[in-house]
Amino acid sequence: MMNHRAVRAIYLFEMARTMRTLLQSVVSPVLSTSLYFVVFGAAIGSRITQIEGVSYGTFIVPGLVMLSILTQSISNASFGIYFPKFTGTIYELLSAPVSFFEVVLGYVGAAATKSIILGLIILATAGLFVPLHILHPVWMLSFLVLTSVTFSLFGFIIGIWADGFEKLQVIPLLVVTPLTFLGGSFYSISMLPPGWQTVALFNPVVYLISGFRWSFYEISDVGIGTSIGVTLGFLVACMAMVWWIFRTGYRLKS
Amino acid sequence: MASIISIADLSKTYGSGRKALDGINLEIARGEIFALLGPNGAGKTTLISIICGIANATSGKVTVDGHDIVTDYRAARSMIGLVPQELHTDAFESVWDTVSFSRGLFGKPKNPAHIEKVLRDLSLWDRKDSKIMTLSGGMKRRVMIAKALSHEPQILFLDEPTAGVDVELRKGMWEVVRALQASGVTIILTTHYIEEAEEMADRVGVINNGEIILVEEKSALMQKLGKKRLKLHLSGKLAAIPDSLGGYDLSLGEDGQQLVYTYDTKSERTGITSLLSDVRAAGIKFHDLDTSQSSLEEIFVSLVREP
Repeated sequence: MMNHRAVRAIYLFEMARTMRTLLQSVVSPVLSTSLYFVVFGAAIGSRITQIEGVSYGTFIVPGLVMLSILTQSISNASFGIYFPKFTGTIYELLSAPVSFFEVVLGYVGAAATKSIILGLIILATAGLFVPLHILHPVWMLSFLVLTSVTFSLFGFIIGIWADGFEKLQVIPLLVVTPLTFLGGSFYSISMLPPGWQTVALFNPVVYLISGFRWSFYEISDVGIGTSIGVTLGFLVACMAMVWWIFRTGYRLKS
Repeated sequence: MASIISIADLSKTYGSGRKALDGINLEIARGEIFALLGPNGAGKTTLISIICGIANATSGKVTVDGHDIVTDYRAARSMIGLVPQELHTDAFESVWDTVSFSRGLFGKPKNPAHIEKVLRDLSLWDRKDSKIMTLSGGMKRRVMIAKALSHEPQILFLDEPTAGVDVELRKGMWEVVRALQASGVTIILTTHYIEEAEEMADRVGVINNGEIILVEEKSALMQKLGKKRLKLHLSGKLAAIPDSLGGYDLSLGEDGQQLVYTYDTKSERTGITSLLSDVRAAGIKFHDLDTSQSSLEEIFVSLVREP
């Protein structure tokens, strides 16, 4: 029997936090995406010919959406669980009749919801700058949801692991952002020298962006099956990690 | 005694190797107010944390109304409201929202009437829409109590509820606690104020160095605490207590230079007046006198020293 009221309470609590910080949660990612369009799409893109049949501005849209989803999922979910640890209010969560699964469902569900909404807003914003066509809307939404959930889980893990605000920032800043920029947000992997193409295949974000872009234009750096496989693999790895955290009480219970 | 909480052979050793609890056995009766006394670091908070699910026990077993706190944690925790010692509150949420959140977290359906009653009882009603960060320390503590009461617990843990709380507010809290007991709630409070235990508790447990060293009805413990000593500093040495003073609870101290009289402050007659006239009649001269009460500290020390 599930404590669905607890899941609902956590979910709504987190969504209320989002609404309170609407400016920072929605306006700032939309603004930065618009800036990317101005700088990359208009300024640089005007000097780049089409990539595999689509204009450069159109080409970078899926990568930009992914960039925002990855960073926002991680920062939302990590902050959501880190803050109660920091203020001490986590005592209530630990003493409540909730299972760890329900706690994750509430926090990760809210963080992922926010990311999905944000992804759609950014997509709509992009539509103001460049013409958009989505060949496989269902796949596009599936990738959006899958990536949001996976990276919210990853953020949740970072939030549990972090014991200071610095650690909260270190993984998104030093690992995720570089991987995203090098993951083909702004270019096709085939544009890289052959040696670097091989290196790029070790970057998991390449598979996310490639699959997502495929759902728009049927252009991809790697096979769509591989993209789905890698994304699901990362999801399973994060779930295993969360399961281990709750089983051992790591950084939660003494 | 019908127990609502049974603790059997509970031990807790921290990763650092420090033993916080050592073989605790304790029964809490349904409907009582139980005060857990002990010096700082004695293990009070650790014990509560384990029962409430915040810390893991190293060994031993705890059941809450028959439900094991590990294997049947949902049933056990649903019955418990916890008010921790430290002020841990949200900052940006309103009082109403944070208290309603707690009720949902504990799986109870919405009940605005109950939340309203709790907030009114704790004099928080007119601040229900305020952000918690704007409240004073005393109000924040009451918000924490309101959160614990939001889900109608049958057992309430109050960890040092009145630490740093002014006298007026302390009395208000005591009233709330009494009303809760009258409605059938079992209350376990920790404190290092003996007056608090004296005022509130039905039974008192003393914990020190992770061990329960005494569990007694409050009245029995208070009798021990109610004893006072009158010391007469004698002008000369006394070899033995004269027979004429045999009716008093007297002892000699400091090589016969002090005469110590132990008496009960709670009794109607302390016997001091007649003692002093009998001492005078016996021809014993003294140049000074003082009285002292055995403090909680001394009781702890004497309890720990006992084999």
